[in-house]
Amino acid sequence: MRNNRDRYIAFVMLLPSLILVGIFVYGFIGQAIQTSMTDWGQNPAQPPLAATVIKSFVGLQNYENIMTDTLEFYFRNALVNTFFFTVLFVLGCVAAGMILALLLDQKVVGEGFFRTIFLFPMALSFVVTGTIWRWMLQPGGGVNILPQVLFGLPPIEFSWINSRDVWLPFEWGNVPAYLTMAGIAILAFLAVRYASARRWRASRYAVLAAVIVLLVFAARLWDFVWLPLDTPEAETPIAPKGFNAALVGIIIAAVWQMSGYTMAMFIAGIRGVPEELREAARVDGCSELDVYRRIVLPQLNPIILSAMIILGHISLKIFDLVFAMAGPDNAKAVVPGLLVYTEGFRENAFAKASAIAVIMLFFVTLIIVPYLWSQLRESRSRGR
Amino acid sequence: MSMTAYQWRRYTIRTAIYVALILLTVVFLTPVYLVVVTSLKDPAAINLATAWNTPETPYWQSFSEVLDAFGPRLQNSFALVIGATMLSSLLGSLNGYVFAKWRIPGERYLFPLMLFGMFIPYQAILIPLFDFMRSVNLYGGVIGLILIHTVYGLPITTLIFRNFYVDIPDEMLEAAAIDGADFFGIYQHVVFPLSIPGFVVVVIWQFTQIWNEFLFGVTMTNTDSQPITVGLAQLAGGEAVKWNLPMAGAIVAALPPLLVYIVLGRYFIRGLLAGSVKG
Repeated sequence: MRNNRDRYIAFVMLLPSLILVGIFVYGFIGQAIQTSMTDWGQNPAQPPLAATVIKSFVGLQNYENIMTDTLEFYFRNALVNTFFFTVLFVLGCVAAGMILALLLDQKVVGEGFFRTIFLFPMALSFVVTGTIWRWMLQPGGGVNILPQVLFGLPPIEFSWINSRDVWLPFEWGNVPAYLTMAGIAILAFLAVRYASARRWRASRYAVLAAVIVLLVFAARLWDFVWLPLDTPEAETPIAPKGFNAALVGIIIAAVWQMSGYTMAMFIAGIRGVPEELREAARVDGCSELDVYRRIVLPQLNPIILSAMIILGHISLKIFDLVFAMAGPDNAKAVVPGLLVYTEGFRENAFAKASAIAVIMLFFVTLIIVPYLWSQLRESRSRGR
Repeated sequence: MSMTAYQWRRYTIRTAIYVALILLTVVFLTPVYLVVVTSLKDPAAINLATAWNTPETPYWQSFSEVLDAFGPRLQNSFALVIGATMLSSLLGSLNGYVFAKWRIPGERYLFPLMLFGMFIPYQAILIPLFDFMRSVNLYGGVIGLILIHTVYGLPITTLIFRNFYVDIPDEMLEAAAIDGADFFGIYQHVVFPLSIPGFVVVVIWQFTQIWNEFLFGVTMTNTDSQPITVGLAQLAGGEAVKWNLPMAGAIVAALPPLLVYIVLGRYFIRGLLAGSVKG
């Protein structure tokens, strides 16, 4: 096996795949970044689909436009939508998956049957799910009349996908303040948790990080990033920013589809905890609840984090579910993945679509690269 | 014979667990009920207020109408899925074998660089891909779509096979090498025969993923080469839809992956969990 000729063959056999992935992933990403800095599709003198189209370099103009131009409010609303969608979708899936996993861990009769039921939506296409739930959430029918059909109660009055309501409205200029508050809240929560577990060092780091976040805000360092973005044109009264109620139904459908995935991950994690460990805790006088609180759940923490990252990156890319449920033109349910499609493949505004796609890639990279790095380092330290 | 307090408590908890599980089962299956009921109704009998009622007589015509409406899209999806699944599993198996058992220059970087390809938002490569496919005259055909799905399937298939092959003891490969087997001989006589479960996991995973895919399907095809998901989106799109058709369409589009899931669920879950890299 250490034969040099065979090692050479091994490399040659891998080469076609490396070249394909090299071109189709990295080459194309490079090209997308390049395209995002041109006027492809914006210049009326150059038909975007002509055989030879001259694309001029415009620097970061497209990025500036989508972040600040009044008419481009769709993209900013898409970012806000992605934020709320991600938070609620990830929390929903983790909570539902945890409940399902804990219920199925109680040595129940028919465990396999229940598991099959809770996981089956994962085998469906997002387009199928979207189609089904669009019918489920028809105002005046579906879920809304269920209380009436089942118990004779008054029907639910909510128009789901068609809702124009904006909850928790906020001003674009206040985003740094909200992000700072959220950051401090999360870090404070971590600090308290670490302290209660007597992990003083970790707790101190969390407090330190919270102070840094606060200082960055107080020293107005955000202004370097945010002032250029928070132009008067960026505030769009016709499309106020906030949590668009139209997303609620889409989030419910997404949780219905994906909570089986978190359930499967958590069950695998729970089964990974050695039975002897649980038994030992019981012998020491732990109740069943304590066994979960002190033995099982702490071991699940890394798996919960993995699940959050995988789900988070899915929700950053979400496209087909929104397309199937809300259609490509629902301004209240717009997400970046959908905008790349409408701007790029319907309007042929390729440069603008590329800029949106590059921003999507940036956010996904931000969470996936550290994740991949830690996963592979861990498997390497286990001796591959 | 009366129950002790402990027995009572245990009994109550067990009952609560089963009640919760049954309620959740009902919640999970509620959409299925509505889909089936609606797909079997005469379009004239469908209205919002009676959405939950069962049809008086099953109206099967929706399904034949849907099959007509889908037309070549079902065949496109089957051709696409079979082609891309076979290609990406074979290449993935070879790649996994190399990454798991051979020392190659730069593998520490090449493997993660390859894996990153399965997490990227495909929107980020969509426009250059569109450009490229047009320039090589593969835009808008099933062959082009097979190529696309094969390439973007490589990271996950390589990962699953690599993790699978790492567990084959090196001694088995060394023994074959001493008997004179070269790179291909070892693959053919040792690695491949042990790969059947790995192939089942990968084939099932690729089959369901590619069948269910929509983004490439809607951007890289023309009317003749669209897959079934695009057909369903068109069937259900628009305002004045007759809901029996989208619902019957959803059933038809969901059936192949659903059958695979029900028959081979155990392998499906393994593919699912492999996507989180190392659980």
